[in-house]
Amino acid sequence: MTEHEHYEAVVVGAGPGGAAAAATLAQHGVETLVLERGVDAGSKNVSGGLIYAEESAPYTIDQLFPGFREEAAERPVEEYYIHNIAGEKVETFDLHDIHHHDTEWCDAVLRRKMDSWLAERVHEMTRETGGGLLTGVRANGLLREGGKIVGVTLDELDPITADVVIAADGVNSELARGAGLMDWEEPEDWFQGVKAVVDMPPEAITERFDIDDDEGVAHLFSGDLFEGVRGGGFLYTNEDSLSIGTVFHLDSLSAQRAEPHELLDSLLTHPLLDQWFQGEYHEREYSAKLVPDSKKVANPSPHRGRLLLVGDAAGQMQAQGPIIKGMNHAVTAGGLAAEAFAEAKSRGNEKAAGTLYQQKLEDEGVMDQLRPTRYRATRFVSESDVVNSVGSSLLDSAVGAAGIKLFDGLLEKSFNSPFVLGMIPDTKLSYVTVPTRIAEVLGDPVYDENDVEPPALDDRIGDLTYDVDDPHIEVLDNSFEASGTAVTACPVSAEGFGGGCYREETVKTNGTEEKKVSLDTQPCVECGTCAVVADTHWEHPSGGKGVEFKQG
Amino acid sequence: MRMVVLTKGVPDFREGKVSFDEDGHLERGKTPTVMNPNDKTALRAALQTKVKHGGDVSLMSMGPPGYAEILQEGMDDVYADDLYLLSDREMGAADTWATAMTVSTGLEQLDETPDLIFAGFKTADGETGHTGPQTKWCLDINEEMPDYPLITHVVALDVDEDAGTVRAKRLVEGDVSEIETIEADLPAFVVTDPEFEANYRRAEHRLRHKDFRDETQRRAAEFGEYLADDSEMEPTEFEEFTMWNHEGLNLDPDFIGLDGSPTIVAGVDPIPKAPSEREATMIDPEDDEGMAEVFEELNQYAAGD
Repeated sequence: MTEHEHYEAVVVGAGPGGAAAAATLAQHGVETLVLERGVDAGSKNVSGGLIYAEESAPYTIDQLFPGFREEAAERPVEEYYIHNIAGEKVETFDLHDIHHHDTEWCDAVLRRKMDSWLAERVHEMTRETGGGLLTGVRANGLLREGGKIVGVTLDELDPITADVVIAADGVNSELARGAGLMDWEEPEDWFQGVKAVVDMPPEAITERFDIDDDEGVAHLFSGDLFEGVRGGGFLYTNEDSLSIGTVFHLDSLSAQRAEPHELLDSLLTHPLLDQWFQGEYHEREYSAKLVPDSKKVANPSPHRGRLLLVGDAAGQMQAQGPIIKGMNHAVTAGGLAAEAFAEAKSRGNEKAAGTLYQQKLEDEGVMDQLRPTRYRATRFVSESDVVNSVGSSLLDSAVGAAGIKLFDGLLEKSFNSPFVLGMIPDTKLSYVTVPTRIAEVLGDPVYDENDVEPPALDDRIGDLTYDVDDPHIEVLDNSFEASGTAVTACPVSAEGFGGGCYREETVKTNGTEEKKVSLDTQPCVECGTCAVVADTHWEHPSGGKGVEFKQG
Repeated sequence: MRMVVLTKGVPDFREGKVSFDEDGHLERGKTPTVMNPNDKTALRAALQTKVKHGGDVSLMSMGPPGYAEILQEGMDDVYADDLYLLSDREMGAADTWATAMTVSTGLEQLDETPDLIFAGFKTADGETGHTGPQTKWCLDINEEMPDYPLITHVVALDVDEDAGTVRAKRLVEGDVSEIETIEADLPAFVVTDPEFEANYRRAEHRLRHKDFRDETQRRAAEFGEYLADDSEMEPTEFEEFTMWNHEGLNLDPDFIGLDGSPTIVAGVDPIPKAPSEREATMIDPEDDEGMAEVFEELNQYAAGD
């Protein structure tokens, strides 16, 4: 047997989950090695951009990393609104209560700045344990001995063994999939988000959003501006930029053959946004990310042998209507996983770490937030076609309109109820029909003209930084039936666009014509969408290769 | 492991830095001096050895006092525990032989005999590639110093401390198409090829590399304070910097500098200008026929099957 390099703990991925795990392990004196595939921590990371610290959470990022809010975050977000949109009519609800429910604080963040700041501290903390943090190193799989997971295999390094492997390697976790704890099968398990970071001087932000220098605001958007695709939009204020994005259910996006960048543009060019752009628009970065729907894929048992999953790799992303929380859960999970290992170790039973971690997730109420039992209990009724068609026609009727008017205040209240939001069904009714009807019945028209022109897709790709390596994705079945959805669903591909990843081709053979799909991974933003909607063999690029986000 | 890396300051030939006069002669006064790029490769080989086997890396050069900045550059960009500059008017205008004589004496002067001496593959200005091998010859004729086997065109390197050997992959004809693996006893003299690549397959090595990089950058920044124009400190006051003149090296001026140089420079040819005009055909994008020709021309190179 070969003598492998060994660490007590190996943490794969230096996002908030990995950072929290590593910091907690280091606090417990565990020798910890952190491996990050990006050229810099944060260079592979995208998020909408709000991180919460919940009052009830056992771990928060600023408690683990003092100075986080001052040095790594953007603006604290105090105000939270949702705009229900129907054409040019808008009805705005104040979501103050739900935003502040159990919230100690909430800050807007840009991941490159945030994660690289965290990584520096993590390196210092873990270095003292005999480990440390390395960037540009990709763990590509699990090392097994006698069928048991004993460590990781890597592109850049020889295999490494560990007493515990914490996979915080994100939504496309190769380790979770290698252990059979996650798949890429069902579009309905995922959301896809795309985002534009838009330049705006701090003075313009404070003036146009009517906030102070050290204040921020969040706006959500839903209704009929996304061609009926289920999902919504967001806008968060950073120090000197805005994060504006859209998030859709991947099944809905796929089925309607919608183009994610065009849906983003629908939001960016809506008249409502003119009050903030005032005719100026300079996009700093276009990015995309797959988001697990924790209601369906938060793994109730996120461990196997020595492998513990945290954050997106465990599906721990809570998106319930306007509640969008991921990073805080990753931080909690990271802390709990680390704590579980430290405790198991002190009892001389390191094997118990996984079970202990699972127990802690339940005891701390994390699992109930991620997978509310009331959602499971109600979804079969609320997501059924009959209920939805009745619901839609009712809402469209005069009776429905009267109801909306009557319950105006109550509606706003229910948007602010974590209990109600925990069972919001994933249907067009809740994402599109209700907000649209609210706006139609209650809304006021916006008279502004928004004439900004977001960049075309080829310019968006052209502005991104890549270190191109060999193709990391292979199309296994290039028939249009198997993989054609990727042409539209991929955020850097589009029908009739030749500069993207996926293209549709018509191949003529022996007098018959066949539609095929071809792939060029060069513009890939590594979101993982095609792994779900197409038939591919999907891997991350090697350490330091592929796309490099500067904002994230 | 005691290691010494040899270096030289050269004009910065990078686009935007280098300056030529109308006749194509280098304008030395207008061109900044930098550390010879190939020597950084040698320094990386030494750093790799330190990361894997421990020891100290010294960076040594011969040149005017201003070369302290060259040494500082190497310390900052790659690594050095300490720096040695052999500097004296008497050493001026030396050819490769007189330089080798001086440098080998500098190596002899060190407290500890080097186990590994590294040199880069030729300088960006002289391009002779002589100084490294000639230094090794000078060491051979020096009674006080051991003999160093010479290993050139090294692209990969590993040391076996217990066996007291160094194993290297080298390009046989200076070409990547043929690589041989050789083993030699320590101490040894290594000339790295520009194709040399440091290789770190263990996390502990990468972590140590990171530590060393942090340390050396801190050290270089501190030395930078001594070198600053407005500094009241002398560079030689910096603990990790040593400067020796010919007396310090106990060298007879007749054997160093211009007097010790047998080379006669017969003449200097200006660098020929690169052909600046390519063969170009102008096509108006509105001209359909012209555009059709462009398509014909480019189509054969278009990918696709």
